[in-house]
Amino acid sequence: MDLGARLLNGEKRAVARLITMIENNEKEAVNILKKYYNKTGKAHVIGITGPPGAGKSTLTDKLIKQLRKEGKTIGVIAIDPTSPFTGGSILGDRVRMNELSTDPGVFIRSMGTRGQLGGLSKATQGAVKILDIYGVDYIFIETVGVGQSEVDIAKNADTTLMVMVPGLGDDIQAIKAGIMEIGDVFAINKADRDGAKRTATEIEIMLDFNKTDRRPPVQKVIAIENKGIDELIVHIKEHMNYLKETGQLHKKRIKNSKLEIVDLIQQKMMNMILDRSSKEEIVDKLAKDVALRKLDPYSAGEKILEEIK
Amino acid sequence: MDRPIRVLVAKPGLDGHDRGAKVIARALRDAGMEVIYTGLRQTPEQIVSAAIQEDVECIAMSILSGAHNTLLPKVVEILQKEGVDDILVLGGGVIPDEDIPFLKEKGIKEIFTPGTPTSKTIEFIRNNIKR
Repeated sequence: MDLGARLLNGEKRAVARLITMIENNEKEAVNILKKYYNKTGKAHVIGITGPPGAGKSTLTDKLIKQLRKEGKTIGVIAIDPTSPFTGGSILGDRVRMNELSTDPGVFIRSMGTRGQLGGLSKATQGAVKILDIYGVDYIFIETVGVGQSEVDIAKNADTTLMVMVPGLGDDIQAIKAGIMEIGDVFAINKADRDGAKRTATEIEIMLDFNKTDRRPPVQKVIAIENKGIDELIVHIKEHMNYLKETGQLHKKRIKNSKLEIVDLIQQKMMNMILDRSSKEEIVDKLAKDVALRKLDPYSAGEKILEEIK
Repeated sequence: MDRPIRVLVAKPGLDGHDRGAKVIARALRDAGMEVIYTGLRQTPEQIVSAAIQEDVECIAMSILSGAHNTLLPKVVEILQKEGVDDILVLGGGVIPDEDIPFLKEKGIKEIFTPGTPTSKTIEFIRNNIKR
């Protein structure tokens, strides 16, 4: 049986191998995704994002355990950073989800960002499709610990869960552009700590300024004690209902598909340009000239483009 | 970029000493590998399930409890039962020399005891992964 058929057949090893192949950009895997793309779009994709140490993995673990009690099946893509120097990484999200390892209804995969900057990895979208074809009810994407501008998750998830913790900054952080704008549901984790109420209030005040017709809920949770998890799941499900009832799910997916197509074109173009020019080592040579101030980077870029016309 | 080697680093059993596992994890990271770190108190079943889902080329286990003769062969056994034959299995930690031949016979490819330079482990992984 080929990998695609084994995937449809629900074999975890086929899922695992296909994700590896997609990460390594292998054509065979892309062909399988082409073939079965019409089977995607069924799972509710939930993005979990927030600063490092906010408790994203622990919270994901608790959410999954709750959904498993309802008999739902789950896929998880947990992303941690790749070293820009060695290409290596330590993917440690599983540490918080160990008990789920042997659950037949859960598939967890860790990924390194491998040079991607938006909080995800290049192969995240591919891996989501593979899990969707595999047939899980929910797909969780846990981003790297984010700072202020890693908003790519919102282009990939139906529902973005923003995990905050008390004590990270004042209210000016809450009104800055970027990451705070993408939350569909807010969770204040470690809510037994000092300042939790204040953090919640600051987020509420920020939300007061929103002009959209749906106001994201703010839920206090203590993930490690399993407190607030039921309420959080209700909020997540309500968001999906809202998307469906208002027709926004369809609109959102059109928008995201468009972004994905443009992304793929950009990747292909970059590969084309770098492939051709690296053969002649043009980029390296021009880079030397730019560093020595013999040439400016604007002209260097134009030269490379001239080369492939 | 070449595709990175993926390694699962795990602590099977009940000892709580993970310094060695963390040193190895960091060394493999610095050698350009993707290390899936699963942490303390893993059962052999959990280790194998995680290794399958993560599609790793190597499982590296650190054990200091003395239960190595039970737990390490058990991992190999479950892998075989699952039909997995392309994962390199390694052990490390406080393991007496006289136990090493038994462990190797059971399918643990190499045992790295205290004092092994991390470069030796890295080289061994690079030279012995099966795909």
